Amino acid sequence: MEIETLLPALAFYLFAGVAVMSALMVVIARNPVRSVLFLIMTFFSAAALFVMLGAEFLALLLIVVYVGAVAVLFLFVVMMLDVDFVELKQGFAEYLPLGALLSFVLAVELIVLGATFRMPKEFVAQTPITADVSNIEAFGRVLYTDYAFFFEAAGLILLVAMIGAILLTLSTKKDVKRQKVCEQVSRTPKDGLKRVDVKPGEGI
Amino acid sequence: MEFLFDTATPLGWFIVKTLVILAFVVVLLVSLAFILLADRKIWAAVQMRRGPNVVGAFGLLQSFADFLKFVFKEAVIPAGVDKPIYALAPVLTLVMAFITWSVIPVAPGWVIADLNLGILYVLAISSLGVYGIILGGWASNSKYAFLGSLRSTAQMISYEISIGLVLITVLLLSGSLNISTIVEAQSGGFWNWNGIALSPLTFVMFPMMVIFFISALAETNRPPFDLPEAESELVAGYQVEYSSTFYLLFMIGEYLNIVLMCAMISLLFLGGWHAPFDFAPFTWIPPVLWLAIKICFIFFLFSMVKAIVPRYRYDQLMRLGWKIFLPLTLLAVILVAAWVTFIAGGA
Repeated sequence: MEIETLLPALAFYLFAGVAVMSALMVVIARNPVRSVLFLIMTFFSAAALFVMLGAEFLALLLIVVYVGAVAVLFLFVVMMLDVDFVELKQGFAEYLPLGALLSFVLAVELIVLGATFRMPKEFVAQTPITADVSNIEAFGRVLYTDYAFFFEAAGLILLVAMIGAILLTLSTKKDVKRQKVCEQVSRTPKDGLKRVDVKPGEGI
Repeated sequence: MEFLFDTATPLGWFIVKTLVILAFVVVLLVSLAFILLADRKIWAAVQMRRGPNVVGAFGLLQSFADFLKFVFKEAVIPAGVDKPIYALAPVLTLVMAFITWSVIPVAPGWVIADLNLGILYVLAISSLGVYGIILGGWASNSKYAFLGSLRSTAQMISYEISIGLVLITVLLLSGSLNISTIVEAQSGGFWNWNGIALSPLTFVMFPMMVIFFISALAETNRPPFDLPEAESELVAGYQVEYSSTFYLLFMIGEYLNIVLMCAMISLLFLGGWHAPFDFAPFTWIPPVLWLAIKICFIFFLFSMVKAIVPRYRYDQLMRLGWKIFLPLTLLAVILVAAWVTFIAGGA
């Protein structure tokens, strides 16, 4: 085999193997924090596979969004949880048959899908990939022309979700003192000081 | 022997790239030693102290002495730590700090990987830097370290947003994510530099440069935003349980990130390796030196801020990030996009 084809093949099997193994470790790791770390490893391997496909933009986006933001929040939550590891492991044997059944069904479905699915001809290379256009430019051209409506709709849905999340967590308590920077800065000696004439022998 | 260095073959390419990377790392580390010393000297001078002055002339060898001291100390691993993760955290910090430098061009063509998505790569890797801190704090099995790492994570995530938006304004102007292209777009004299260009847009871009500078301070946990390692409250934050080489790795990673931020400001806003004037006495200085001068200048500002400005309170820090920088940078993105589309004639 030529070295030009051998090296990518080796790299693919390395990344794919690491992805599968770390995905397995997410499930069987004892410590939840380590589970999250293995999840990050899975994301990373997936990103590497994207790079091998020539989709660098997707790969970097995967790292920025999933590894840089989502997994950090996972890690945050898992670290703060007071998890009893012994209790966590107790139900393992009980749930094993159900879990095995589910994963078996899933595996069979995937295999059947993989064996039978053929890409319809009209979908193949609908937007031809040209070498002179960089990854992000190609994305932009498709996203802001053909799929502009879907893109905007997705943005709108995210906006609504964000406003909803803010509304749900917003709580204004009356007895909490808040700092008003504007008031603080605009304070003059006039507002804060009072001159009192104290008569001798009386006090205030 | 020559076939070993022939970049056309995979083996030759591998060998040449490895040598280049090694040279880059060595240069970076040696300059870092002197930058560390400069940091301490400037800090000392502001406080009317002398700073390190014993090892070598003017204390020039102080960082190397410190390096030896760190390496030969005993690595104390506290009881109850999660050992693999405890060891992984500083290594991760250092590696993340180093691999970001692979896309930073230091002169025309002097770059290890000339990625088309260079800026996005920098953003992606810098968002990973937080893992070293959060894992170090958690694995240490100490309340101080954990609190420090939580603070640091929240802080870095908050300021990454404004950094990202400021980056968007820059790449809107040059229409590319490739850092070399962004620098080339600023050639021809200081009146073309993004941060201080002679155009109405500078009223937007100069504040953006300042916001990037302040966010960089927060992102790298420098004073006045050094709450993760606030020595008066948390002893040393996430690093408190680390000693000897582990601590050294954390420290090198941190300073590499600081210098990286200085380099980013120089490349994105101050014309990178371009001389301020495009004629004779200025163009005699090689491009790489111009970049070094700019990086040193920005680093001088970093040290002066450390010496002068008192530490922020945590809620003030969050307020600055979310309530002031986020709206301002969003507004700037809109303004710059409008400028590029309607006035500068489309990108």
